[in-house]
Amino acid sequence: MLNNITLGRFFPGSSFIHRLDPRVKVLLMIVLLLNIFLSTNYLSLFIVFFVVILFIMLTKISLKTYFKSMKFILFVVLFTGILNIFYAKGTTIFRLGTFSITDEGINNSIFVSMRLIMLILVSSLLTFTTSPTNLTYAIERLIRPLNKFKIKTHELAMMMTIALRFIPTLLEEIDKIIDAQKARGADMETGNILNRIKAFVPVLVPLFVSSFRRAYDLALAMECRCYNGGEGRTSMRILHICRNDIFAILVVLGLFVLVLIINNLFLAVSL
Amino acid sequence: MKSFIDIIDLNFSYNEDNNAKKILNGINLNIKKGEFLAILGCNGSGKSTLIKHLNAMLLPTKGNVFVKGMNTKDERKIYDIRSTVGLILQNPDNQIVASIVEDDVAFGPENLGVAPKVIRERVDMALKLVDMYDYRKSTTYSLSGGQKQRVAIAGIIAMQPECILLDEPTSMLDPEGRKEVLDTIKNLNKNFEITIVLITHYMEEAVNADRIAIINEGKIVRVNTPRAIFSDIIFLKEYQLSIPPVVELIHKLRLNGINLNNIALDEKECINILKNYFNSFE
Repeated sequence: MLNNITLGRFFPGSSFIHRLDPRVKVLLMIVLLLNIFLSTNYLSLFIVFFVVILFIMLTKISLKTYFKSMKFILFVVLFTGILNIFYAKGTTIFRLGTFSITDEGINNSIFVSMRLIMLILVSSLLTFTTSPTNLTYAIERLIRPLNKFKIKTHELAMMMTIALRFIPTLLEEIDKIIDAQKARGADMETGNILNRIKAFVPVLVPLFVSSFRRAYDLALAMECRCYNGGEGRTSMRILHICRNDIFAILVVLGLFVLVLIINNLFLAVSL
Repeated sequence: MKSFIDIIDLNFSYNEDNNAKKILNGINLNIKKGEFLAILGCNGSGKSTLIKHLNAMLLPTKGNVFVKGMNTKDERKIYDIRSTVGLILQNPDNQIVASIVEDDVAFGPENLGVAPKVIRERVDMALKLVDMYDYRKSTTYSLSGGQKQRVAIAGIIAMQPECILLDEPTSMLDPEGRKEVLDTIKNLNKNFEITIVLITHYMEEAVNADRIAIINEGKIVRVNTPRAIFSDIIFLKEYQLSIPPVVELIHKLRLNGINLNNIALDEKECINILKNYFNSFE
């Protein structure tokens, strides 16, 4: 069951997107997300969607993987999409009892679902193509100015690295504990949701205990390797902004400007 | 060989109070540069506690530990000591910090503030040494136990230590992983003159050592060569240590009146001894 989750996983590769500087990628993702929310009309929405799909094709990771990452959130997309159809005031096209479907409702629903889907696609785009270490390194560099406000940016980045590193380990552990509890006669698969949640408690408690044991070991291992916080620490990677990065920046900024222009045009038309 | 680590009258208990149970009780031991020392003892004998004193993870309640003349109690020297003496733990999963192999190996030198270019060289060198260079870009969770443990060893080597302590590094591995790790350890000791201190439950691993120290209830009861240690079966049984199969075979043959003078430490020697015995009839 746990192997199906692709959200937030890294797929090594050497595509154009993989090779982009992680700092640039994080920033570009933020701009892309901004674009998604700024697109208030179909034209800009579909242009942004087209660019996102283009980037996805460039990663050379199969579309199926992207779809898998959406599987768990698809429910939310459908749910909000359907709710939005009914909960909007405007010109009614179809009426069924107390429910009415409005023109604006359908528009809203399409926008909300498209935005949610694109949100997931864009964040997958980043996490699929950036190794967790690169990602944390990029974030560490980007939030470094916050050091001035006495925020310990190195510690934050370290926590992120370790959290990401232990996700697969803990998932494996959960599988093992589930098997162990099943062998002792625990019933995990039948019953209603409440019962199933209750059945999960005997899995969580051992997981919790073993996590502390792991944390102790890890702290020991880190100390053995002379870890003493961020002070005087160097890094193996040296990041350079190269031609590809500049190209990607230009594309995304161009898109940003384009979306703004189209928005203005539509605004002018509607006025 | 001059002395590298000196342990002088080491006492340790987790409680400061005088009546507390002493985990280590007056240990004296010298570890020479470039030697391979195995530490044996049954569970709860204080092996792991002892080894953690050698790189200042624990400090003695009484007595002193000197690494290359540096007292482990000296806080200013603590990082010098830890980069000289690295420690590998039992569980390979819990000592890997990063998700990518080469990033994990780089963790130690990064902490020491080594220049980026030099880190790169050291990481490549360390990974080649443990034969994991081809996996440098892999994710750490996809590796086997033996590979993970070798990555952990590479992570220590990248700090360019003179000594590596290993606390039952193979006890969670399958036979294949165990062989990989042991071969790596032997290679480091023979060809790179790295001092090895190995805690193990497997006698087959201990026979590779130059010396074996046997520890029981916080005291060192005997330090000697593997050959001398394994010839004394009564002693081994007294301290609940398992006896390697080849040693036991020769011992039982002897008890049954077959006249063998030597003891064998591995299968090859055992075969030779038996061959010589049969040849002596011709």
